Amino acid sequence: MQLKGKKAIIIGERDGVQGPAIEACVRSAGAEPVMVQTQCFV
Amino acid sequence: MVNCSSNQNVKPVLKGVSYFLAHVPSMIRHGSKPSREIGKDPSLLKLLLDHLWIFKDAVAYPPNQVFIGNLDPDDLLHVPSPWYKNPIPNSSRWGPFGEIMPEEEFYGMIRICDEFQLLLMEEGFLQEIALKLEKHPLFTAEDIRKLDKGVSLEQIEKQLGEEGTMPIYVQGDRLVGCLQRGHEEDFNLVPEILIENLSTRASGVLALRHLLAKMGRAQEIDYLLGSGEEAVGDRYNRGGGNMAKAIGELCGCSRAGGSDVKAFCCAPVHAIVMAASLVASNIFNNVVVVAGGSFAKLGMKFQGHLRHDMPILEDVLAAIAIQVGQDDGKSPVIRLDSIGKHEIGSGSAQQAILDNLVVQPLDRLGLKLTQIDKYATEMHNPELTEPQGSGNVPRTNYRTIGSFAVMRNEIQREELDRFVEVHGMLGFSPTQGHIASAVPVLGHSARKMMAGEMENTMFLAKGSLFLGRMSQLSDGISFLLERNKGK
Repeated sequence: MQLKGKKAIIIGERDGVQGPAIEACVRSAGAEPVMVQTQCFV
Repeated sequence: MVNCSSNQNVKPVLKGVSYFLAHVPSMIRHGSKPSREIGKDPSLLKLLLDHLWIFKDAVAYPPNQVFIGNLDPDDLLHVPSPWYKNPIPNSSRWGPFGEIMPEEEFYGMIRICDEFQLLLMEEGFLQEIALKLEKHPLFTAEDIRKLDKGVSLEQIEKQLGEEGTMPIYVQGDRLVGCLQRGHEEDFNLVPEILIENLSTRASGVLALRHLLAKMGRAQEIDYLLGSGEEAVGDRYNRGGGNMAKAIGELCGCSRAGGSDVKAFCCAPVHAIVMAASLVASNIFNNVVVVAGGSFAKLGMKFQGHLRHDMPILEDVLAAIAIQVGQDDGKSPVIRLDSIGKHEIGSGSAQQAILDNLVVQPLDRLGLKLTQIDKYATEMHNPELTEPQGSGNVPRTNYRTIGSFAVMRNEIQREELDRFVEVHGMLGFSPTQGHIASAVPVLGHSARKMMAGEMENTMFLAKGSLFLGRMSQLSDGISFLLERNKGK
């Protein structure tokens, strides 16, 4: 998937990959995160 | 006994631990998620009521039997899945670690905890409760007196006409009481919050009474550390706290001081480290960490359970009490040189958290990951989380820990599943947040260490600070519990 120039809504998971970690990856791929959250599903 | 004048370090040990479950299916409707969803779609209530378990089902549920110590976590490997369809025959509400209590009796303890008489209960129901609690070994004549006489059902129905009153049911939909607000204008003292706090206190009291029944020395408790998820307070001091003392007051701990530790789900493990430090520094001889159950989390994933036509299994309040004391030459040792802490600057990636909590402490001790008999991590019962798409939380954590062992060449990549099998265990804890976070394993590990069947267990707990919208940070803390090799 081409992420460059896209806007991203990021929902991470406490026991998996957290929001800020996904944000770093998405930024490095050229997308713009517009919302970053980490959820705790337990 | 307080020894403020001495600075001689002593070795802190885990003297005892107790676990308590209150089976409260009729309270599920008031849990945070169910109450919000029923508010949007009132027809959900009937569906919810049709999927409640009765008490004997909850007692026979295999993970609950593990929680109170009648089964070992590894016994679950031999119970066919789904566990809720495979009850343990002849199971008991009583276990070596504590008890599973039916909601009728638990309401009695809530009534005893309600010192401001905000909970009205129907007189006939109170008489039923009194007869049952008179036979309970942890209730006193003073407790029974506090139950008082109650009111008529008509008075309860009339009170429910007033704004801000919460109905209380048993057996799903039998009205037996109501909870009034504690202040006309203070939204910190509405029934929805008061029931959370009263439930936390009542379940904490019962966990602590179970602990003291085994240890036998309420007067020797110097300090209590609360570590629950409640926020007791008023409009001027929201979350003011000190649930610890409110619990100790009803357990005969008249010489104890206390305070609360707040750190989301990892508060109990933070509190254990603090308790061990207070003992090691010779400030106090006996410190108890106590935490009541999380009312808000009742039925949190009920929609997933309904979707799979399962009973709503998030129907228990869980509580713990843990006593830390001075070395007696036999109780398991809390290694204060093993503490791992998630540091503010570490970042929130799983790898960073587990590096802080597992790898760095073991490096400091010169131990390999494979030299830890068992890891106690987030012990959420997967049967409760998977139907709602939340995954198998313990397995995820064990695989991440095992991946460190692979990266450090302690095991081969293809040995990862074996690592999880040997050093992990199946999740068996109710999804009660702080209660599920590592501490349910304390009793099992202590029992095995006392029997000489286990050398050590690493306890690691994580907290989700970001949920409070104050920081994107995570949290976590860990310690190593080790077999006592004698003085």
